[in-house]
Amino acid sequence: MKFEKPAGINPIDQLKIIGKPTDRIEGPLKTTGTAKYAYENNQEVTNVAYGYILGSAIAKGTITRIDQSAAKAAPGVLAIVTAANAGTLNTGKFYVSRFLAGPQIDHYHQAVAVVVAESFEQARAAASLLKVDYKKAKGSFDLDAVKDLAQTPPPAQFGPPPQTLTGDFEGAFKTAQVKLDETYTTPDQAHAMMEPHATIAKWEGDKLTCWCSIQQMNWGVRDLANILGIPKENIRLIASYIGGGFGGKGTVLADLVAASLAARAAGRPVKLALQRPLMFNNTIHRPKTIQRIRIGADHDGKITAIGHESWSGNLPGGRTEPATASTRLLYAGANRMTRLKLAVLDLAEGNAMRAPGEAPGMMTLEIAMDEMAEKLNMDPVAFRIKNDTQEDPEKPGRKFSTRKLIECLQTGAEKFGWEKRNAKPGSIQEGQWLIGMGVASAIRGAPIAKSAARVRLDSSGKITVETDMTDIGTGSYTIIGQTAAEMMGIDLDKVTVKIGDSSFPESPGSGGQWGAASSTSGVYAACFKLRETVASQLGLNVGKAQFSDGKVSDGDRSFALGDAAKNGDLVAQDEITYGELSKEYAQTTFGAHFVEVAVNAYTFEIRVRRMVAVCHAGRILNPKAARSQVIGAMTMGVGAALMEEMVVDKRVGFFVNHDLAGYEVPVHADIPYQEVILLEDIDPTMSPMKAKGIGELGLCGVAAAVANAVYNATGVRVRDYPVTLDKILKNTI
Amino acid sequence: MKSFTYERAETPAQAAAAASKPGAKFLAGGTNLLDLMKLQIETPTHLIDIGRIGLDKIEPTPDGGLRIGALVRNTDLAADLRIRADYGILSRALLAGASGQLRNKATTAGNLLQRTRCPYFYDTNQPCNKRSPGSGCSALAGFSRQLAVIGCSDACIATHPSDMAVAMMALDAVIETVKPDGKTRQIPISGFYRLPGKTPHLETNLDKNELITSVVLPTPVGGIHVYHKVRDRASYAFALVSVGAILFKDGGGRIALGGVAPRPWRVPSAEKLIPKGAKEFASRLMEGARPTKENAFKLTLVQGTIEGALTENRS
Repeated sequence: MKFEKPAGINPIDQLKIIGKPTDRIEGPLKTTGTAKYAYENNQEVTNVAYGYILGSAIAKGTITRIDQSAAKAAPGVLAIVTAANAGTLNTGKFYVSRFLAGPQIDHYHQAVAVVVAESFEQARAAASLLKVDYKKAKGSFDLDAVKDLAQTPPPAQFGPPPQTLTGDFEGAFKTAQVKLDETYTTPDQAHAMMEPHATIAKWEGDKLTCWCSIQQMNWGVRDLANILGIPKENIRLIASYIGGGFGGKGTVLADLVAASLAARAAGRPVKLALQRPLMFNNTIHRPKTIQRIRIGADHDGKITAIGHESWSGNLPGGRTEPATASTRLLYAGANRMTRLKLAVLDLAEGNAMRAPGEAPGMMTLEIAMDEMAEKLNMDPVAFRIKNDTQEDPEKPGRKFSTRKLIECLQTGAEKFGWEKRNAKPGSIQEGQWLIGMGVASAIRGAPIAKSAARVRLDSSGKITVETDMTDIGTGSYTIIGQTAAEMMGIDLDKVTVKIGDSSFPESPGSGGQWGAASSTSGVYAACFKLRETVASQLGLNVGKAQFSDGKVSDGDRSFALGDAAKNGDLVAQDEITYGELSKEYAQTTFGAHFVEVAVNAYTFEIRVRRMVAVCHAGRILNPKAARSQVIGAMTMGVGAALMEEMVVDKRVGFFVNHDLAGYEVPVHADIPYQEVILLEDIDPTMSPMKAKGIGELGLCGVAAAVANAVYNATGVRVRDYPVTLDKILKNTI
Repeated sequence: MKSFTYERAETPAQAAAAASKPGAKFLAGGTNLLDLMKLQIETPTHLIDIGRIGLDKIEPTPDGGLRIGALVRNTDLAADLRIRADYGILSRALLAGASGQLRNKATTAGNLLQRTRCPYFYDTNQPCNKRSPGSGCSALAGFSRQLAVIGCSDACIATHPSDMAVAMMALDAVIETVKPDGKTRQIPISGFYRLPGKTPHLETNLDKNELITSVVLPTPVGGIHVYHKVRDRASYAFALVSVGAILFKDGGGRIALGGVAPRPWRVPSAEKLIPKGAKEFASRLMEGARPTKENAFKLTLVQGTIEGALTENRS
């Protein structure tokens, strides 16, 4: 099915099942511990051995020698894989990391060897007996130090162009009546998902099956084939359940490569999970940014010039953190500039983490807007509303498909009680606590991609859906089931959803906030085709046939849905593809975040007291799942605001706090009641589902709203995340 | 984790005797030791499980105090009505530490003996004098925001992570032990921990394989009991600074600190300055501090936290 024109009325608009706050259909499996995650698929393999990765002890240099004698002689050891015996390994097409070091070491904890043994404990003990001699080389670990060496990166597959220029930014900024020119930083951040990267790999001849934990099956097959140099057809990946990804499991990482190599070397299935420290220094992370923002405005608050520059670093060939993305679209202003710069760093690879670019970009832009409102003596909500635009500010005439930023801000302000905010910082105190309120806009792109599905109808009227979409804790199972149930006119419990298997029709997987809208559209297309087959089997006119209550009817002719399959299951497969609508319209999601904090007047401890988010993201397929996505994102935003930072030891070149004790993410006690308002809407330019993603929108702007609230409470403006008490102390003494 | 042998002791005397085996360690709640074994930071060759040797009661002492068995769980200790009524600082400190699940397992003696959470101690690739004597201190010129500002040395700036021990320091608790030869002794908590000097791997004045049997709390001293633990997140994090205070009506008090030193930090001779206010008291309490650039803020934070505690509880 090719989607080329805005959607009209279709079966989804019945909203009998779509749009209802439905519990997750796989929820009971998860709450009873019976959902099988990658490492737990013991029923699939016999005689399994265990792999353990030894990570590099240095950040940059070469391996001169590995003495394996003690490790080889250790109890239970079956094989040891190093670069010397692994064969040729290539890199994937998304991550640039090499998954086995040697002789070069590219970053700390890069895999040096994989030890395979009869038990996990034996593999771990033997790994510690490997004697690795290194020759250290000088590395580059400090973005501040190499910022001036940063280059303009080449255009990337995702994210904005490295440079954009509209009008005369420099001239307009120079002559602006009111100006802001500030520099902000966001630190290296970890996805810190609960489930580690883990794989069970099994070879049968030259066919490889891996039970793994990755978000995009199609990229996974492509990349593993490329890395191992084997045909894609020989690889099957299965990820039925995923214990959190946040972009950190996009495609193949060291666990998949190491388990595959280890299983080949040992001649047995191998299971392998990354140790927690390796999740920080071996995999990918959101890289640090340095961002300079300049805003010029008239005295009446109309923005005349807006510029956003961002510097980040990465391994050679790695991508740029595209922090300027949101600034291109969020506010009006005739003269605009964005610029990305990339330096080389010898830390683990920087890559996608939930709302890549947009999350760190909004962390800074929305502080800048708060600062600018104060300079203009304007209310921060009013300042944002004044600079709303209904057209792409870089391409006047190109409309947003839908844009309700103003409504988000106004609805949130009213619900939150924004009028009670005192614009003068430090003016509200309750006991020992200083109280402050902050706001930020939210914006996140709404990408959508081709997606296929197969649906099967049996004679009892039940439907089975198959697509290689994944569920990373987001609710994919449920919304896919809801889509099929709505299309076929049956109850949700008559639908079986099978996902997370690369042998199923290809979807774009979970990432970039595209999964929900894309995969359900693929299911729509397949169901649309199945409806035609059903109608034709029953001798009905598909244009007139009604699918509802488990029946197919046209006038006084009515059949049970299963009747169409009484001579055998009916199977339909289709793929949705797209025309030019996303070029014609700017398709984006919007929102607003309101936060109240309390800051201890003696210790400057910061505690969030209230949060309200308003989201505008097209049709909400399942308000319960969507709300869960948003409150999770708001929680992640509090972490980014107040505590999350992978600290670089710039002498050695590694992230020091490489476990969940050292890398703090919010706990229950940090998170107050969170209110989420989902604006009712549809976006017919997106797909027949008229839906957009929401999981990343919920994060964009949250941290800035917290930081702005801290400023309102204390009068201290912290421009370097995370906003911690020492940074406030420093500015109040 | 390296291979080790395991035995379960039935009595304190049997446990102490078993400890004469080379490479032996006692296993109580295991909330710290097992983690460290998995990372090969601790590599005992023999574990003596003391989980069933008794020592799990809280009993009154003849002079009106309480004797806390070494194996009383942190959860039970924090919830004990006698502790809550007369030693509130201890209950509050315990509840400020770890998580419910960890407190259910963690024991009184194990809490006293837990190792530092300095991140360099946890990465066996990095030099650390505490883990590998003589290898150097990575933290001194490294990531030290969380680490000690006083009582530390050029060899080590690790902090002691316990909250419970801070309260016990303010309460003048006494630690009772038995040695492998069966001899028992009492050690006041003020003399229990060693400062690192040039030997940061030696953390207490316990003899090798001396077993803690109980902790005695002296007669209740009354006063208002406060435990304020300052940290970036609201729970399940170690202290940047914690203040355990017992404040008396006459303006005097006792104040011990966590998160600033290799042991709970208390200077009794400075406490006569408490009535003069946080600034004078804190500057005497922290006399001789040697912070790094990254953790110098702790000196200001100590004063502010004490000031907050004094203000809130004296108003």
